[in-house]
Parts: sequence; structure tokens; C-alpha cells
Amino acid sequence: MNCIQCVEYIIVFLMIISAVFAVEWRDLLAAVVGMAAVSLFASIAFFFLQAPDVAMVEASIGAALSAAVFIFAIKRTERYESEEEGIGWWVRW
Amino acid sequence: MVKRILAIVFILIIGLWMAKGLDQVSFGEDRMLVGKYYLEHVKEDTGAVNAVTAVVVNYRGFDTLGEVTVLFIASTGVAALLWRKRRERTAKTDGSVVLTTGAKLLLPFVMLFGSYIFIHGHLTPGGGFPGGATIATAFLFLYLAFTVYEIDHKLFEPLEGIAGVGYVTLGLIGLAIGGYFLFDWIWQSWGLGKENIGRLFSAGFIPIIYILIGLKVGTELTGIIDNMVKEPEEGGQ
Repeated sequence: MNCIQCVEYIIVFLMIISAVFAVEWRDLLAAVVGMAAVSLFASIAFFFLQAPDVAMVEASIGAALSAAVFIFAIKRTERYESEEEGIGWWVRW
Repeated sequence: MVKRILAIVFILIIGLWMAKGLDQVSFGEDRMLVGKYYLEHVKEDTGAVNAVTAVVVNYRGFDTLGEVTVLFIASTGVAALLWRKRRERTAKTDGSVVLTTGAKLLLPFVMLFGSYIFIHGHLTPGGGFPGGATIATAFLFLYLAFTVYEIDHKLFEPLEGIAGVGYVTLGLIGLAIGGYFLFDWIWQSWGLGKENIGRLFSAGFIPIIYILIGLKVGTELTGIIDNMVKEPEEGGQ
């Protein structure tokens, strides 16, 4: 296993961690940051997979613009997710 | 509970079915011949060096028109949902010193980079969509940094319309000259730029269409940001 592949595995691992946090965090602002992190790591992964076109779109739209739109939407609504009783983790996923 | 179990069983069946179909193809292997054709014939067919751009704009130009239409519908939907008679920016304080100075300093370079991405779409990675999104990011910078800033609607909305109409018009001229919609008449009929493949003035109508798409995507995404930032005045609906 060469080192480029190690980096790819690390990026995919970070993507999974960010995605889990984006779903689990109750603070929606933090969840948006987690979602943007998924896009950012996906962009780096696309770059390693030799798809710079897709990497550019993912970085500009996924990480910057959609996060901004979500933050504006949170500003107009509520910052914290409401607690739902009696619903297990399998529904949120 | 029964419904949920049924749903899980259903998903498992679909997953098994798809996995059975897909495990014939080993991961990353190319089983389609059309991709090979594109890679071998891209230079004489379209004149573009960047094969991705050639596929997106030339071979699959109609799909790209559909994508632009989807984006237009999304932008219109946001505007329709958030429409009020009088809406203004309500932020009270400007951004921090870092944000305002960074916005002032970086703005021309971000705009230049976005324009570079979509003008050189047929030569380097990129194209209309990332270029337009980069330009929209520059306007997002301005909106975040300054409380009074607002885009010039008299300039942006006609520009968006002209870009969309221009794309369809280019396609219709192709229909008139070559017999099908989005026929690359500049490259195949006129043969402009045959001798300088790999330079800026080549690749037929790909740069023109990507400039139009870049303008359209940039203005549309900026319009979405503008609609999301502005809020109705207190009391007035």
C-alpha cells in the first residue's frame, strides 16, 4: 500500500466521521458545518481520483454555497433541533 | 412496526437485486464503449482538449440545457417562496475587520478566477457551473461583509435571461444549419479554429456556451443568495 492510498483512506474516514456528526449534532449550525466538511473532503477525494472538474464543483457549491444557504435558512428559523421522544436512532438514520 | 419491517425487507430485496447485477462489473472498470469513442474522437469532433467539457457541452448538450433549466426553476422557486412586497436587508452590523478587508482585497481575484474557469472550460478543468458558482461566492462575500450591499437587479435579471435565450438561440441556429438541435455549427460547418486546437480560440461553440452558462449560473446563484438574505420589513407582510 503506497502513501497516496493511505491519504485516500484517511479522507474517506474523515468524510464518514463528518457525516455522522452532521446527522447527530442537535445544534443545526454545527450540523451544517459538518455537512460542509463532508463536501470539502469529498472534493479532496475527487481530486485524488483525478476528477478535478467535479472537485471544483463540489468545493464551490457543496462546501461554500449550500452551506451558506443552509445558514441563512437557520437564521430565519430555529437553531436547535427539537427533541423527539421515543424515536430510536434507526429512524434518524 | 410492520410497515417498517416491510420497508427494510423491500430495501434489502432491491439491494440484493442491484448487487447481483453490478457484481459482474469489477469496481472502476469501464464496460461502456461510448466513453472510449469519445476519448478517441474528441479532438476532430469538437476541437476541445478537455474531454469532460466536450461531453458536457457538445455530445450531451441537450442534458446541459436541461440542467440549466433545473437551476432556473430552483432559483424561481426560491424567489416565489420568499416573495414579499418590500424586503430589505436587516443586518445591523458589518462583518469583522478580517471579513471586510478580505472581501475588498479578494473580490477581484475571485471574480477573475471564476471568469477564467468558464472561459477556459475547453482547455483546463472546470466550466460554466464551477465558474458561475465561484462568481456567486464572490457576491456571497460582499453580502456577508457589508450590511448595505445589494446586487443591481436591473443588471442581473436581464443578464440571466439573455444568457438563457442565447443558449437556446445557438442551439436553434445549429438546428437550422446542421439539422439537429445544438449542432456545433461554428466547428463543423465553418471550421473556425481548426489550426489552433489547444488554444483559447478553438473548440467551436463550447467557449461561447460555457460563457453563457457561467453568466447564467453566477447570476442565478447570486439571486438565490439575495433572496435568502433579504427579509421582509417589520410588520409589513
